[in-house]
Formats: sequence, structure tokens, C-alpha cells
Amino acid sequence: MSETRPIRVLVAKPGLDGHDRGAKVIARALRDAGMEVIYTGIRQTAEMIVEAAIQEDVDAILLSILSGAHMAIFPRVMELLKENSVDDVLIAAGGILPDEDIPAIQAMGIQGCFGPGTSTEEIIKFVRANIQTNRLEAEV
Amino acid sequence: MEKIVERLLNGDRRALARMVTLIENEAPAARRYLAELHQHTGRAHILGVTGAPGAGKSTLVTHLTREMRKRERKIGVVAVDPSSPFTGGAILGDRIRMMELAGDPQIFIRSMASRGNLGGLSASTHDVVRAMDAAGYDPIIIETVGTGQAEVEVMQTAQTVLVVCAPGMGDGIQALKAGILEIADILVVSKADRPEADQAVAELVMMLGLDPTRRKPDKTHPSWKIPVLKTSAPNGQGINELADTIFQHRLFLETSGMLASRASRQTRSEIQALILHAVSRTLKHTVNEEEWQNLIDEVVTKERDPYSIAAELAQRIGLPSQVTQNKQALRVILPWIRT
Repeated sequence: MSETRPIRVLVAKPGLDGHDRGAKVIARALRDAGMEVIYTGIRQTAEMIVEAAIQEDVDAILLSILSGAHMAIFPRVMELLKENSVDDVLIAAGGILPDEDIPAIQAMGIQGCFGPGTSTEEIIKFVRANIQTNRLEAEV
Repeated sequence: MEKIVERLLNGDRRALARMVTLIENEAPAARRYLAELHQHTGRAHILGVTGAPGAGKSTLVTHLTREMRKRERKIGVVAVDPSSPFTGGAILGDRIRMMELAGDPQIFIRSMASRGNLGGLSASTHDVVRAMDAAGYDPIIIETVGTGQAEVEVMQTAQTVLVVCAPGMGDGIQALKAGILEIADILVVSKADRPEADQAVAELVMMLGLDPTRRKPDKTHPSWKIPVLKTSAPNGQGINELADTIFQHRLFLETSGMLASRASRQTRSEIQALILHAVSRTLKHTVNEEEWQNLIDEVVTKERDPYSIAAELAQRIGLPSQVTQNKQALRVILPWIRT
């Protein structure tokens, strides 16, 4: 599409931790950057996240997790996306992600990992640079 | 037939999701798809749910959807939240309240940002509802942005309008005012577990009692008696009754002929809106930001007046300059000029 359209982002909190201040900070920063942010609240299953991403037809999914369950729940999210042949969505993760897990997370197809101290500008830039801008012209 | 249209008609939810995105962004192909979808629409019962921010719209929609699922319906939900007038960004948070509905393949929820539209919906909400209708969702529930007193646009899309009033939001004078309360087919007092709920019901009932058509009903025409229902989310109070009332209203619309008359009123306003939209788009493409700034400066410094500028621009986009003498038309275009 030649005209610029607002970027749509799903900010999701998988797993059982109930702390979403970080996710809210990110959601607000993306909003202020002109994006449409769908925030689904805490305690989301992989199924809920993928279904929301499909119905909302988002450009990116940002997963925020603090509980340490990322190595259990991220693979499930990626598997469900694949099952539904969703291959045009940028996936990134943030929260508490130990350094030694990062190569494995990236190998799953999660393109960005952002730990504590990341500036919101960095995340905004990352989203803008890595979403597939021409995805509307392709077939779903 | 286009492939995406065919898949949508076969119930493919990814095709529907992409169609909504194309519609929302006014993709060139979207109009063509919509034209194809048009003949497959008209089956769904379209509900509008409106009310002030925090009145309990999302919660009500969630409970209503769950109740209607028990009745074997395939339900579409369009939830509109406001876009920032400064950045264009938005937080679409209605799904939080609807979490318990996630994972049911018979429910399709789409969040939309208002994108500068001021009437409680976004400019493309009507077309998105149409796509859901063609995809077989029935009913389709539209949740407006949190509204004030005058955002009544949902009546141009919905067949049955629910206005949600939270208790403790004002006295009987508020209930007398023109605007949003007038468009209700069903009035819902939410948070009925609160002590002020009965007072709110009493004031709304009094307001309805002042309606002359209600006091002296015209026996020759069937009329709908607007009910005031109480609901409470924590214990599910009143939801069953509300769902019944909604279906009764649909039945009333069908038997009274009002379904057709509402549809024709809505079609008229839709065509008018399409024309106004075309005008505002043309204007956007004709006048660039720099020229705007110059024109605005001229008005601010009193070198020129806004009316002569409007007349000049109207002429430039091919409208007779007299149209700007009609302020009603200007008022519709002005919000677009600002964005």
C-alpha cells in the first residue's frame, strides 16, 4: 500500500506472572509512536495469543514475560503460529530472559530479545525496521 | 470471484481478518471485495452497545456473547477504542475484558481504532460489520468508544442499540437531555449491585415516561416500549433477560416493518458519508501542509476570514463555492481538515 498505515502490534503477557507494568510502558510508548496497540492483559495462554494475533491481523507480537517460563511457552506460541501458517508477523520478546537462553529463543524465530534497561526508542525502531510493510499485498 | 472473498464466505477467519485490515486501510482492492460481498450481507442482527467510558460496555458485551453462544450463535464483535488526536496511536484494550471468550472458534473479535472519526465508531466500522455479516456471524455486536452525550453514529449501523448507563453518573436532568439516551432501543443500567442502581433506573423510567409517543401511543402503528434493564457482571444478573429482549427487539423490527425503514435510512446516510469522505480525501490530496499553514496564518492574523478560504478551496476541488455557505456540510468536513 502506498499510503502509510498505522502499525498494529499485539502486546501479550504469556504465562502466570501478574506483573504488567513493563508491558504497559511498552504499550504506551508504541501508542505515542503512532501505533495501534492491542493489549490483552495478563495470564495469556499461547492459544489465546495466537488467536488474538490472527483475528487482529497484527504486524508484530511482543511477548513480555518475567516468570522464567519462556522456554516452555515461546516454543508453543511459535508452533501454533506455524500450524496456522502465520509467517508474516514479527515476533519479539522482552522481560527477564537470561543471556544463555537468548540464542535458543532467537533460533525459534523470535527476532528480538529486550531485557531490562532497554530504551523504548530502541523497541520502536526495532518494530518499524523489521515488520513486513508489504504484507497486505500478499495472500494470507 | 476473488480468492479472498471466496475464503471469507467459507468461514476462513484469516481471510476475514485480512479483509478487515484491507477495509480499514482503504486498500484499493477493498471496495471491489466489498462490492462482491454486498449480496451476501443482510442476514446478521447488528447490535450496537454504547455508553460512557467505564460504564461497563466491554464487560456487558462479554457476558452477552457468552449467553448468546449458549443459544448456538456464531458471534462477531467489533470493539472500537479512540485514536490519539496527536499521534494517531491507540491502545485497544477491549480484549482484556473479553479474555474468557478467547479460544472459541465461533467468536470473532476485532479491535479497531477510531482513526480520527468523532461519532463513536471508525469510518470503516460499517464495512467491517458487512464483512463479518457475509462471513456468517450473527449477531454482530459493535462496541463504540466510550461516548459522551452526542456520539450517536452507532444508530447508523446497528439495528438494535443498547445504551449502557452506570449508576451514580448524574441526576434526572442528565436523563432529560437530548442525544445519546434518545437512540436507545434498550437501556441497560450496569453495575446493578451498587446501591445507586435503583435510583438510576427510576430516573430513566421517568425520562421515558415523558415521551409523548409513549404516553399517548399511536394505535395504528406498532410501537416498541423501550425497556430499562438492570445487569450485574459479578453474578450475571439480568444477562439472560437482556439477550431475550434483544431477540424480541429484532422480531419487533421485522414484524413492524421498521427493519426495512431503518435499513433505508442507514443506506442513505452511508452513501452521504461516502461522498463526504471522498470530498475530504480529495481535499487532503489537493492542499498540502505548507499551504494549510499559510492559510491558517492568514486567518489568525485577520488578513482573511475562514469562509472565503473555504469557498476558494471548495471551488478548487470541483465543488460549487456556495456549498461552504452551508455550515452543516462544513462541520462534517472540518474534523478531517484538522487531521
